[in-house]
Amino acid sequence: MAGAAPRVSDSAARQTPGVVSGWGGISVRAVERRDENLARLTRDVPLTRGLGRAYGDSALPPPAEPVVANSVLADRILAFDDTTGVLRAEAGLSLDDLYRLFLPRGWFTPVSPGTRFVTLGGMVAADVHGKNHHVAGSIGRHVRRLTVQTGSGAIVTCSRDEEPDLFRATIGGMGLTGHILDVELTLARIPSPWIIGVRRRIGDIGEFVDALKAHASAWPFTMGWIDCLSRGRHMGRGLLMAGRWATADEAPRRRPRPLPQITVPFTCPEWVMGHTVGRVANACIYRFAPTFSRPTILHPEPFFYPLDLLREWNRLYGRRGFTQHQCVLPESAGPSAVRDLMDLLTRQDAASFLCVIKDCGDEGEGLMSFPRRGVSIALDMPIRDNTRQVVDALNEFVVSVGGRVYLAKDAYTRAEHFRAMEPRLDTFQAVRRRWDPHGRIRSAQSVRLFGDPE
Amino acid sequence: MTVVLLGATKGVGRAVARELAARRNRLVLLGRHPDDLARSAADLDARAGQPVVAGTAVCDLARPETFGPALEAAAAALGQIDTVIVTAGEFGTQDALEADLERCRSMLTVNFAHTVLFCEQARPYLMANGGTLCVVSSVAGDRGRKPVVLYGASKAGLSAYLEGLDHRYRHAGLKVVSVKPGFVKTSMTAGLPPPPFAGEPGPVARDLVRAIDKGTPVVYTPWPWKFVMHVIRRLPRAVMRRVRF
Repeated sequence: MAGAAPRVSDSAARQTPGVVSGWGGISVRAVERRDENLARLTRDVPLTRGLGRAYGDSALPPPAEPVVANSVLADRILAFDDTTGVLRAEAGLSLDDLYRLFLPRGWFTPVSPGTRFVTLGGMVAADVHGKNHHVAGSIGRHVRRLTVQTGSGAIVTCSRDEEPDLFRATIGGMGLTGHILDVELTLARIPSPWIIGVRRRIGDIGEFVDALKAHASAWPFTMGWIDCLSRGRHMGRGLLMAGRWATADEAPRRRPRPLPQITVPFTCPEWVMGHTVGRVANACIYRFAPTFSRPTILHPEPFFYPLDLLREWNRLYGRRGFTQHQCVLPESAGPSAVRDLMDLLTRQDAASFLCVIKDCGDEGEGLMSFPRRGVSIALDMPIRDNTRQVVDALNEFVVSVGGRVYLAKDAYTRAEHFRAMEPRLDTFQAVRRRWDPHGRIRSAQSVRLFGDPE
Repeated sequence: MTVVLLGATKGVGRAVARELAARRNRLVLLGRHPDDLARSAADLDARAGQPVVAGTAVCDLARPETFGPALEAAAAALGQIDTVIVTAGEFGTQDALEADLERCRSMLTVNFAHTVLFCEQARPYLMANGGTLCVVSSVAGDRGRKPVVLYGASKAGLSAYLEGLDHRYRHAGLKVVSVKPGFVKTSMTAGLPPPPFAGEPGPVARDLVRAIDKGTPVVYTPWPWKFVMHVIRRLPRAVMRRVRF
């Protein structure tokens, strides 16, 4: 029974009142308001947030106006067409709800990020991408229509035909064009709720980029995990995962059961995510994780959402938390760029516990959308004394090869680096000014990076 | 089972309606705003994967003249009403209610007098076929306490009414379920610091539905509140005057 499954892990509700945090641990003193009526709730706040999975300060309000709306109570499905897959829902609907309700009925989100604990509004605002970016693009491609409450208080419906500038700016616009109220998107038909896939051990970084490209033509879902703490000729070794939905003939008859989840009970000491533990754990995963080159039936939960099996996993990183540096290196940067980035990381003496590599397809319609054709690298790093220098060095490299960083993960990028990565910023800001002449809608991140007033 | 829900668009009521929709019960939603009711009806149908909402009707606990027509419309849509669930109600902090007598009057009227009037009008529909009346009261009604003097008084009256109803009509086939939630994290309590044992709407809704299925006359939810209130009911006055709860 759909209703019997566990509720969405609502990190915001578990926090100290009066404090609002990003997933990586950055927090500000702020008031968080919640209500079922999103239009009323967001009328005079600078920003809306959802389930709080943005790693950095994207979902934190600006310092001078510390109040933020939370959309999670606005979670109604407004329409679903079983023939076309078109779904319209309030922006606070979680992907977890969507997954539980629609997977058994043969529908799935056309694009899924690495966690189910995100809202539709958040997915659109970050224009999330998934393992299938090389074939399906990011979520924006599948969004048909949005209802947005702009900074001037107008409720505007936008799509590719109506107010296309607002539509394109809102996809990947980090919630800065207005409060997303309703989302209409097309779900993907799936032949069964099971995945069939392969997992291969990859010896080094050069082999990895080639393997991703080679698998991309045969498999809609691909991604790689890199053991980032190995050096020298093993640098960039890891595991490549590739999969597709199993056909009705291949899939088991039964439905995939929800898997048990473990919660990290407390904030761990820093050595838990330190160099030593990291090196051993990564080496063990590399060596002992089962690999199979013959296509094998896989449960969709660990395939799409391995980290969701460990609730509150951000607590592992200790009191200072963690950050992620995710960048996309464009195809024009050449095949050596990925190796250079890994080299740089090694020289910086930065420990990245978790490193994920993914090849990206064409750039989406979103004005500020993150992915573009090339290779995306995501590095999870515990906050240490040198974190800022590491991010600076990585960003200088990203700027030099013409790449960009993912705002939904970012907390440490400097405004000048961001400007150098984003020639699209002026166009985006012009659209924002048109819909919000008084500049009311903004976030801690837009103050830090976009030059918005505090 | 056919169910009439008053208050299904928000909070615990929304979660209860989703539980019932998941098991394909036929529902009629009563509430204040037609648009809001329509959105909730669409949500429940989409989640169930088939039409489960037989109708909606405007019914406002602040306006008793809406009760009769709303119940009539519900009975017409469902044919027969098996269960009536009331989750609607008002809340205000003690400070806010003390500072605003008009709001206080409204809260007392809605939570007690009008809720009772609604139940009185729903009762004949249920007694005809051995139905269940399930009303959300509160642990706040179990003992006069500092932070919920006024709200608690309204719920104490409601709890007493529900208990009396159960005693008087059980033998005639009417089942009365009085639900006493502790603190539940909904928009009603948004902005208040959650105490220990604070509940989520989903689990509270499951407790409520289970109580209806079993015909439990009084149910505390989340369950630790049963023991918390057991202790609080027995604390001497001298202690209650001192403590903050």
